[in-house]
Amino acid sequence: MSKDSLHSLLSIEDLRVVHQSGRGFVKAVDGVSLNVFRGEVLGIVGESGSGKSTLAHTVLRILPPPAQVLGGSITFNGIDILRIPENEFRKFRWRKLAMVPQTALNALNPTMKIAEHFLETARFHGIKDRGQVMEKASKLLEFLGLEPSRVLSSYPHELSGGMRQRVLIALSLLLDPELLILDEPTTALDVLTQRFILDLLKDIKAKLNLTMIFITHDIAIIADLADRVAVMYAGKIVEVGNVYTVFKNAKHPYSQALIKSVPSLVDKLDDMKPIPGSPPDLVNPPPGCRFHPRCSFTMDICRKEEPPMIEADKGCFVACWLYVKR
Amino acid sequence: MLALREEVMHMGTPLIEIRNLRVYFSVRRSLFSKRIHVKAVDGIDLSIEHGEVVTLVGESGCGKTTLGKAIAGLVKPTGGDILFEGRSIFSMDRRSYLEYRRSVQIVHQDPYASLNPTKTVFQTLAPPLRRWGLARSRVELEERVAKLLELVGLTPAEEFLNKYPHQLSGGQRQRVVIARAISVNPKLVVADEPITMIDVSLRLGILDLMLELRQRLRTAYLFVTHDFGAARYFSAKGGGRIAVMYLGKIVEIGPAEDVIRDPLHPYTRVLLSAVPLPDPEVSRKKRPIQLKSLDIPSPLNPPPGCKFHTRCPFEVDVCSREEPPLTEVRLGHYVACWLYTKK
Repeated sequence: MSKDSLHSLLSIEDLRVVHQSGRGFVKAVDGVSLNVFRGEVLGIVGESGSGKSTLAHTVLRILPPPAQVLGGSITFNGIDILRIPENEFRKFRWRKLAMVPQTALNALNPTMKIAEHFLETARFHGIKDRGQVMEKASKLLEFLGLEPSRVLSSYPHELSGGMRQRVLIALSLLLDPELLILDEPTTALDVLTQRFILDLLKDIKAKLNLTMIFITHDIAIIADLADRVAVMYAGKIVEVGNVYTVFKNAKHPYSQALIKSVPSLVDKLDDMKPIPGSPPDLVNPPPGCRFHPRCSFTMDICRKEEPPMIEADKGCFVACWLYVKR
Repeated sequence: MLALREEVMHMGTPLIEIRNLRVYFSVRRSLFSKRIHVKAVDGIDLSIEHGEVVTLVGESGCGKTTLGKAIAGLVKPTGGDILFEGRSIFSMDRRSYLEYRRSVQIVHQDPYASLNPTKTVFQTLAPPLRRWGLARSRVELEERVAKLLELVGLTPAEEFLNKYPHQLSGGQRQRVVIARAISVNPKLVVADEPITMIDVSLRLGILDLMLELRQRLRTAYLFVTHDFGAARYFSAKGGGRIAVMYLGKIVEIGPAEDVIRDPLHPYTRVLLSAVPLPDPEVSRKKRPIQLKSLDIPSPLNPPPGCKFHTRCPFEVDVCSREEPPLTEVRLGHYVACWLYTKK
């Protein structure tokens, strides 16, 4: 994948991150390599505990303290952002890489009006011209279908969930970042608000030529929005590829099973089924391929050795022994 | 034999019948202002047959949870009536009332909050059995609990008996909650978003379990969800109905696949057109129906006439003046919309 890394805005190489728990180290992200290309929407899908949020937090260097990066690199525009000092990284955070967090209610300060959120964010990054900030904020809010004068003078609790989520998107765009990471931005929202936000993101992508990483547990959203998809399972990426290819012809047994496990409105009822077993304990993950205890194609080698990531189709990578020629 | 006789006795009488049910919550905007009402459930008629599957689907705040709680006897209605096997639960003697409360059990959304963290699985499952005299001796109690765990797929049972909730996964916890609900042989289980907090890959497993238990125990279900995919899966597989709620009202109700494939009410059509599908080709071709307004009106001050008219793209003159009645448009498929009802 080294050729790809030339064209990519963000390149993650063999990243390993652990959380500390009472029982030992939780291997939340374990040897993840991933490229994000300029101008694309990369969807990262996985169940809770698959490490997708930890991955996002590592990119922005906002991991909660007991978590540690054990190894690997994250290169943004050719600069290894894990190895530069914090005060230098501040030039990247929000200006180059911004994030829309999961819970819109917790992410806003309840004692501050929305306008102050914009002003404080700008001030923190050295922009002191209030008028300029307010003008930009109004423009962004209007673009997101909100009434700027009303929203800016409101407190977070005076806005609905969908409005708060749009405020967070506007805030993340305030300093014109190159890469936007969205962590389950629509999970707590109703169907109609979710649809509105998804269409809005498509619009933003078209108009601002932004690169996005969209993290979710809902594969239907990925199908609707993303250009490429990375499927995560138990701290590892098991499959990456073009969204159309993966949904039409998923290679990894986990991706296949995950697509079938979502109750859809159109598929036949008998085609949908749950994945047997449960996600593994990441303090003591199973040896070999981490999916082997739940997989219906398990072979001997799956229990012993971890499968390497190979290119199974053009631009489609999969980590599964079924596709390794031996 | 006994079950059969009971069945014959109740033939024709629905298990639950609610008539013009209203649940209002009174709130005060500030200490000195007048009390006003939030009409969480505002005039609902619904009946659930023995062994039937009914799914309530709607956005947050539509009143689906409140309706479920009222049917389970956990919220006192402001008006209307709830009949259990033909008798009003508000004029029952104590014994019949207890019988009703045992017969209607509820499974809540959060399996982390609905189990006592200081009690083992056995200690959670045993008291209801003792309380309702379903096990007389210690041996019988242990047998019943083990049988329950097997029923909900927690096998071998011995492995789970002495575990505390924190030692179980989310899916396993929800199975314990379901075991507790079915332990007292209920006739109806109200399942309020039972899979929302469960891992995606395990969700259908929980729904399948509930349907399997229905086969064995003939339990009826009132499944409450915001997820149309789950509503379709559960109701269609169980041969049941889907009811769509909006601001305290049922706006459409009918056989599951009918409602999903051929929705009638503009609100149902808008919702279904907005749901993303797990297939990029299909999902991106969908043309969502545009609403006049994205925001749900405040339930403190709902619009007159049809409550959906402020957002409805198909509004006609009468909509803002008069409330449409729930009318049968196709066999068993009812809709409350002036587009389908002659004035």
